[in-house]
Parts: sequence; structure tokens; C-alpha cells
Amino acid sequence: MIGRLFKFHGGIKPDAHKNESAGVAIRKAPLPPRLVVPLRQSARAGASCIVAVGQKVLKGERIGEPEGFLGTAVHAPTSGTVTAIDSCPMAHPSGLDTPCVVIEPDGEERWIEHATPFDHHTATREQALAWLRDCGIVGLGGATFPSHVKLGRGSGIETLILNGAECEPWITCDDRLMRERAADILAGANILRELIGARELIVGVEDNKPEAVAAMQAAAAGTAARVVAVPALYPAGGEKQLIRVLTGVEIPYGKLGGDYGVQCFNVGTAHAVYRAFIHGEPLISRIVTLTGNCETPGNWEVAIGTPVEDLLALARPRTDTDRYLMGGPMMGFAMPRLDVPVVKGTNCIISASPRLFPPAPPEQPCIRCTECAKACPVELQPFELYWFSRSKNFGKAQEYHLFDCIECGCCSYVCPAHIPLVDYFRFSKSEIWAREREKTAADQARERFEFRNFRQEREKAEKAAKLAAKAAETRAKLAEAGPAEAPAATDAPAAEDPKKALIAAALARAKAQKAEIQPQNTDNLSPQTQAEIADIEARRKVLEAVAATPAPQAAEAAAAPDEPRP
Amino acid sequence: MFTAILVMAGIAIVLGLTLGYAAIRFKVEGDPLVEKIDAILPQTQCGQCGFPGCKPYAEAIANGEADINQCPPGGEEGVRKLADLLGREFKPLSEEHGVEKPKSVAVIDEQVCIGCTLCIQACPVDAIVGAAKQMHTVVEPLCTGCELCVAPCPVDCIAMVPVAETVQTWKWKYPVVEIRKAA
Repeated sequence: MIGRLFKFHGGIKPDAHKNESAGVAIRKAPLPPRLVVPLRQSARAGASCIVAVGQKVLKGERIGEPEGFLGTAVHAPTSGTVTAIDSCPMAHPSGLDTPCVVIEPDGEERWIEHATPFDHHTATREQALAWLRDCGIVGLGGATFPSHVKLGRGSGIETLILNGAECEPWITCDDRLMRERAADILAGANILRELIGARELIVGVEDNKPEAVAAMQAAAAGTAARVVAVPALYPAGGEKQLIRVLTGVEIPYGKLGGDYGVQCFNVGTAHAVYRAFIHGEPLISRIVTLTGNCETPGNWEVAIGTPVEDLLALARPRTDTDRYLMGGPMMGFAMPRLDVPVVKGTNCIISASPRLFPPAPPEQPCIRCTECAKACPVELQPFELYWFSRSKNFGKAQEYHLFDCIECGCCSYVCPAHIPLVDYFRFSKSEIWAREREKTAADQARERFEFRNFRQEREKAEKAAKLAAKAAETRAKLAEAGPAEAPAATDAPAAEDPKKALIAAALARAKAQKAEIQPQNTDNLSPQTQAEIADIEARRKVLEAVAATPAPQAAEAAAAPDEPRP
Repeated sequence: MFTAILVMAGIAIVLGLTLGYAAIRFKVEGDPLVEKIDAILPQTQCGQCGFPGCKPYAEAIANGEADINQCPPGGEEGVRKLADLLGREFKPLSEEHGVEKPKSVAVIDEQVCIGCTLCIQACPVDAIVGAAKQMHTVVEPLCTGCELCVAPCPVDCIAMVPVAETVQTWKWKYPVVEIRKAA
């Protein structure tokens, strides 16, 4: 059964450069002397470390506990000793640091107990999704979106699409995986299909990979899965583009495939799901294409955490290599440094030389030729977005659906003025995100400030109410006791202020008491002692007179810190 | 002529009643301009503008009592936005109110803190937790970097530390246009 294929808008046909690395079978990369496993596998989500320095870990042992909604677990890619838990540079265009677990492999590759396969037929859906999360399964197409979140609601999905298009030039890791492990991929895809509750399974492969199509078709023979060769047109491997080509469904702005009954997974992800469910293995390695300006390009099965520089030694880059790209030439980025580790999203490392990737000619003014709009696969108007981004008019850029841009690079590729359009869009996007973060923070600060003011007002009111209640109580007491207890309280001002009346009464009592008690030890004293006492009294009086002047100020100062600040 | 006067008077009465009714029915509570200005201000509540908080400053701007360039945490961009909103000319930040600094947060040296609660009382956004004679600490995500807690500390244990860029907060830079070499 061959269904009708559809077209998406725009697209380009760059040189595929697949043959360089597609010819050789996947080899297992040797373990490096030191593995650096980032706890944060993508900028989006992190994991909290659950191992300590000096701890022995086994292959597949969990070292990072998932954090937050988008978090997935992180595992030790081999057995060895944790030598450090430190900030190390991450495979990210910024080259910034992120917490990493550094493991020194012992070379024994001892596995944790993992022989029991996970049977998703007997387990509940929640258990199966939790298993995916605990196995650290994320989308291996490059975006590393956690698969358990993508499997999401598990209802309303009719079609599961397996993305084997691999439209970006130079990359062949999915191609090789499909050629060599087609049956495993389909087994994983069927698990995904059952979990998501889809009826149909379509595998989309670009027609420039006939061997992969043949292998997948052979594996799918006799099953309900359909393997479809789609025309090679970059970016046919984009999620929305592939859905459009295979099903004709066009997903509008702000919606996802899931809203239209279609969900898309990468073939590598399906393979990882197969390993997780049938073999109980977490995601600890992936296929990485090493290609470009090197002697021995090819695909390698690489342990997550292998430093790129160790990996590059396998491909033997030629001497005129001037930079290294992570990801493809269209959407990848030049690595700011080479001591970064391979992460789950690393699909390709290209050694770039000026011969293969000539430096872009200088940027020239945009003449609104609309070549970019013709090439844009999401039907945006990149030239308009460019003007708005350039002038930092972000509101207008958003109005023109900047966030629909998939950063595929078609516009930059076709631009006759060599404007790095995608760089402008990335700048705009991150700037808008930063502003949104600031705005939320400011709103929260305002709320907290207003609540604090409200609280202070309330406390003041409560204090005043308390004082008033106390005063009323005292007044009542005074009235009860009557004028006999405190004759002084009958004075006009005292009646007004019950507190003063109380003090006056207390003073009167104290005076009476004092008068009653006569000092006993001063009755029969020698004149000499009496003179001494008089002398001391005189001195005390002088001191009291001196102390009396600054005393009120000191008392005020002492009281000040207890008072609420205005 | 008498009819004309009557007609004019009638129209005036009807319109007057309508306007009077509209003035009551569609009365705007508070000044919407203040809200708009307040939304632009960074809500650090630092008082560098000379007003006790962002809202009072917003009110002062709306009443024409304060200029738009008195908010250093908002920076030049804040001034620009205010200028846009109010239809005024952009002017650089006034120096007497301070200079724009990178975003910082207060960090309490917990070894030195004596637990006096003065910083807690000073914090406008309740971002410091602690109790009398207990160690205090700043809840970093809530701190606006207003520096109001620094001065009251009797043991000088509060330092303003610039917020480091992380992978999540990192931004793509503005593309640099290469200048072509002269032939």
C-alpha cells in the first residue's frame, strides 16, 4: 500500500555529502581515559547528582535523578570510579559550564543487574512512562525532548511517524542505524506505538538512502508498519514537514502534531526504547557521525560523556581543519572548545575546513528579493523578521510568528546577500525569552512588595487594636476599683488617660510602702560613718544630675531597633 | 428662531446627560498611566530614584514630578521604553541617581551573620529568611538586587554578587556585521 505523498512549502537541496561516512559499518568507539557525563543533557532540563566522589559505579547505574517535569535520569556509561563532580564545559554554543560527573572507566564494563526486560503489556501506562524517564530516554534527533513527556496523554493519536528522513547534509547516523538494526528499531517503534495508542505506524526515510529504505522494508515485511521513501528535500526531517509530507496534515501556528493525531519519533529514539524495554538498558550510548575534512569518516557507537577531542582522534581530521561543527552544517554550531563531552543530542561532528565550508562572503544589505520567503518551509517571511530582529523590534517580530521559525537555515542558505538570517532569529528569540523571564521576575517582585506593605499595615493595625483593647481593659479595671483605691486618679488628666492614672496609683503605693519601711541599719551609727554616708550621698547626687541630661536620648536610641521601620 | 434655540438647548441637554451618565458609568478607577509606567519599571523597589518604591516613582512620573531617567536598574532600555510610552525625548540616565550595573543578588556571609534581623526588615520583597539570633540567608531567585539590605547590616556580611550566566540564561549575541576589507 503506497499512500499519496504531499509537499511542504519551500525547502532546499544542498549537497548531501552522505557518501563520505555512510559506507562503513557502525564501530564501537574505544572508552576514553575519562568520561565527563553532564547532569544537564540539554539546556532545558537537568538532573540532581546521586553519587559521591570516589564511589564505584557500574555500567548503566543511575548517577542523576530526574529533576522537574522535563527531567530524565542520567546513567554511568561504563563501570568505573567517580573521580570528580565538577562544573565542566558543555556541548552548547555558549561553551558555558554545567555540573558533570567525571568517571574514570575501569575497563571491565560491568553491568548493573538489568537482565529483566520491562513488559509494557502487564505494566500500567504510568509505570511504562516512568520506566522511560528512568532509562533517560530522550529524542535522539537532536532536540533531546524527553520521550515520556512526548508520549504524553496516550489518547487521540492515530498515527505514529518514525522519522528516518535525516535530511541534514553530512549526517548518516540514522542511515547506518536503519541499515544495521532495522528490526530493533521497528520493535522499539511498536512499543512506542502501543504506548501512545496509535493504530498506524509509518516510517519516513528520504529516498537518497535506498539501502536504509530496503532494510527497513525487509524488517517491516509482514507487519502493519509502512516504510515510505520521501523525496530528499531539506528540511523533510523537520517534524511538521515530515508529518505534512506523509499525512498531508498541516499543523498550524502554536499547535503540535499530537493535537492532530500524529506523533513523530526519531529512529534512534525507537532503538533506545527497544534497548530500554527489551534489554532493560538505559540510554548510555548513541551513534555519532564523524565526518567532514577527515581521513576516516564513519559512524561510531559512542558512550555518552566521551570528550569530543578523544572521539575526533578516531576520524583523524586533516591538518587544514579550522573548526568543528556539532550537529549538521545547516542547524549545528561551531564548538567553542573541544574538551566538551558527547551528550544525548550529539548526532554528528563535522571537521570543517575552508575548502569544504568556505567562509561566508560579507553580509550585504537586504533588498527584499523574497528568496528567503520562497525557501522557508514554515511559510514565514524571513526578510521581515530580519528587519524587525535587526532593529530589535521584538514585538513586531513575534507578530510575524518568529517562534514558528525552526531555525533550519534555508533562508540563510538561499540569501543572495549572505545575511546570516538564522543568527538574527536566534538572537531575537533568546532576547525575547530573557525579557519574559525578567518580566515574570518583576511581576513576582511587585506582588511580594505589595504583600509586604499590606502585611506591615496589617501588623500596625493589629498592634494598635491590641493597645486599644488593653487600654479599655485598664479603664474598666480602674472604674471597677473605684476612687478609693487611687485617690490621685480623680484628677482631670488622669481620668482621661487610664494608664497615667495607673502609674500614679502605683507610685502612690510605692511611696506609702517606702514611708512604712524605715532603714534599720542607719539608726545607731557612729558620727564618722554618718559623715561617710553623707559624703557618698552627695557624690551620688552629682552623678545622678550628670546622668539625667543624656539619659532620655539614650533610652530612645535603645528603643529604636524594636520599632517597626517605616 | 425660537424653535432653533429650543432645538439647540434640547440637543445640549441630551448630550450633557449622556456625557454625565458616561462619566459615571465608565469611570476609570485610578490612573491607568501609573499602571503602565509601573509595568515598565523593574520592580527592584530600591529607592534609587528618590521615591519609596517603583509605584510611587511611577505616580511621580505620571504627575510630572519626576523625570524618566532616574531608574538605574531599569537602565537605558527602561528610559527608552518610558520615553516611548510618554512620547518624550530619550535622555541618558541621570548620574545623581546611580549607574546601571549588571544584575546582582545579595549574598549573606553566613559565618559572619549575627542574626540581627535588620536586613530582613530592610528587604522590600521578603527575600531574606531568618529569625532573631538565627542565621539569615537570601533566597536567591527572589532577590531583586536592590542593595537595601547592605547598609543596615552591622557586621557588613552582605555582599552583592553579579549573577553568572548559565546555559539556561545564555543569550545568542547580536550578529556582528563584518566590515569588508578595503581593496
